[in-house]
Amino acid sequence: MAIKQISVFLENKPGTLLEMTGVLAKENIDMRALSLSETKDFGIARFIADDVYKAASVLKEAGFINSLTPVVGVEIPDDVGGLDKVLRVLNEAKINVEYMYAFLGGGTQEHAYFVFRVGKDKEKEAESALKAKGITVVTQDDISKV
Amino acid sequence: MGYYQKEIECAPRGEIVALQNERLLAQVRHVWDNVPYYRKKMEEKNVTPKDIASIDDLHKLPFLSKKDLREAYPYGLLAVPLADCVRIQSTSGTTGKRVVAFYTQEDIDLWEDCCARAIMAAGGTKEDVCQVSYGYGLFTGGPGLNGGSHRVGCLTIPTSSGNTERQIMFINDLRATILCCTPSYAAYLGESMKEMGMQPEDIPLKAGIFGAEAWSEEMRRDIEKTLGIKAYDIYGLTELSGPGVSFECEAQQGMHINEDHFIAEIIDPDTEEVLPEGEQGELVFTAVTKKAFPMMRYRTRDICVLTREQCPCGRTHVRMKKPRGRSDDMLIIRGVNVFPSQIETVLLNHGYAANYQILVDRVNNTDTLDVHVEMTPEMFTDNMGEIAQMQRKLVEGLRSMLGITANVTLVAPKSITRSEGKAVRVIDNRKLY
Repeated sequence: MAIKQISVFLENKPGTLLEMTGVLAKENIDMRALSLSETKDFGIARFIADDVYKAASVLKEAGFINSLTPVVGVEIPDDVGGLDKVLRVLNEAKINVEYMYAFLGGGTQEHAYFVFRVGKDKEKEAESALKAKGITVVTQDDISKV
Repeated sequence: MGYYQKEIECAPRGEIVALQNERLLAQVRHVWDNVPYYRKKMEEKNVTPKDIASIDDLHKLPFLSKKDLREAYPYGLLAVPLADCVRIQSTSGTTGKRVVAFYTQEDIDLWEDCCARAIMAAGGTKEDVCQVSYGYGLFTGGPGLNGGSHRVGCLTIPTSSGNTERQIMFINDLRATILCCTPSYAAYLGESMKEMGMQPEDIPLKAGIFGAEAWSEEMRRDIEKTLGIKAYDIYGLTELSGPGVSFECEAQQGMHINEDHFIAEIIDPDTEEVLPEGEQGELVFTAVTKKAFPMMRYRTRDICVLTREQCPCGRTHVRMKKPRGRSDDMLIIRGVNVFPSQIETVLLNHGYAANYQILVDRVNNTDTLDVHVEMTPEMFTDNMGEIAQMQRKLVEGLRSMLGITANVTLVAPKSITRSEGKAVRVIDNRKLY
């Protein structure tokens, strides 16, 4: 099961990210991972939260345009070549990675977690390819528990 | 759809002209006798009331413009004793000094008749509930439509502008069927109702009468869709009474000018020559029935076209196309004429809402044009490339419409201040004077 990532439209000017994190903090939402991409006048904040639907609705109420995007979460041992192994699997399956970002594990320190945005509707395919090679795929439930 | 004064609204052309001739002659005499300011202007042009035998001689009369109103402020154009006046109305003063217009009781009666014609042309009857969300007070919008609504016999809800929550509550609780306000406020009310989860079919409104600012055909379609109504345009100026100088019928193909009260001409704004029917130029009005504050050949600065083609609604009064914008709204950017309404058309055609602001500045002696438009939930995607592509398409669309390049900035929803009256679309930071 793919993880739901929240993508938020932000103006590229001082204070907008703070405004967003303020809403999340006030509503007691925990961010598990965050990535920002930007152009000169706007950006998109992409993040994984413990309670994705609550996060989406409180942001909408606060006037932040956002959408949910399915992404693939993978647990990677904190060893040399860990990411390389995952990308190799995706490459063999001819699955393109549009963007990705990493986050550190919560409970255990031996693993890092990566979030991959693969091509549209390719999440299931990517997940089964990874599982077949013994790579641990993270679910929304795992995220909430981290 | 009904008529408020069918006999005159659908009168044969000859009858209208005969009435105009008679009224114009009387008005010229009235002004000559009572307004020294205008009499002097006539004398300077060697014109006396004797030279005006019919509307064909209208072109001999001198023009009045905003400049005259400023010079003659406050009483210089008053044509009756102050004791005969019962009210003033005033403009917002956005383009300079406020205009103060005077009304006798009869002037108000005729003005309200004109507004009543507009309401009935939009399908209003005494069965309707008409919410007037134009500002009340000095602004003519509220008082004009309020009077028109009374004359038709509608149940009138005088909410005035502002307090959006209360507006929506009255529309729903009292089942308002007709809404009168500025188009930008109508769009805002629609947006708010949509956010509250109301579908167009849940909204009791069936028609809207929107005016007092320039709006595009695309914005009309947007408002009609969100509110589930038919949206009618109405036009007027405080100088000429207020809203109701002209109004749209169900054909929605231009606004019928109330020709029994206002004679319209189209002139070349530079040469001041009268242009033949069908040509685009500046709209000039002569008010032939107003007694307290009669405007003779008043230059509106509105650029538009007149047509006498037969209208399917049966009205015979000449129609004016939606003005492209007031000539004072026109921006000259890098030598090119740009109307905010053109920018609005492009935005709406590209799927954006009419929430935008135009910023003009001058950097290193070159004009810059920035268009800020709000991102909408419908257009947002997680893909940066797609958003950048949308932005490029919009820049391209603006270039082909305007002939110059604009910078487009996508801004957060609700970051552009909503207006309860006339929207502030343009911020010009050039220091040209």
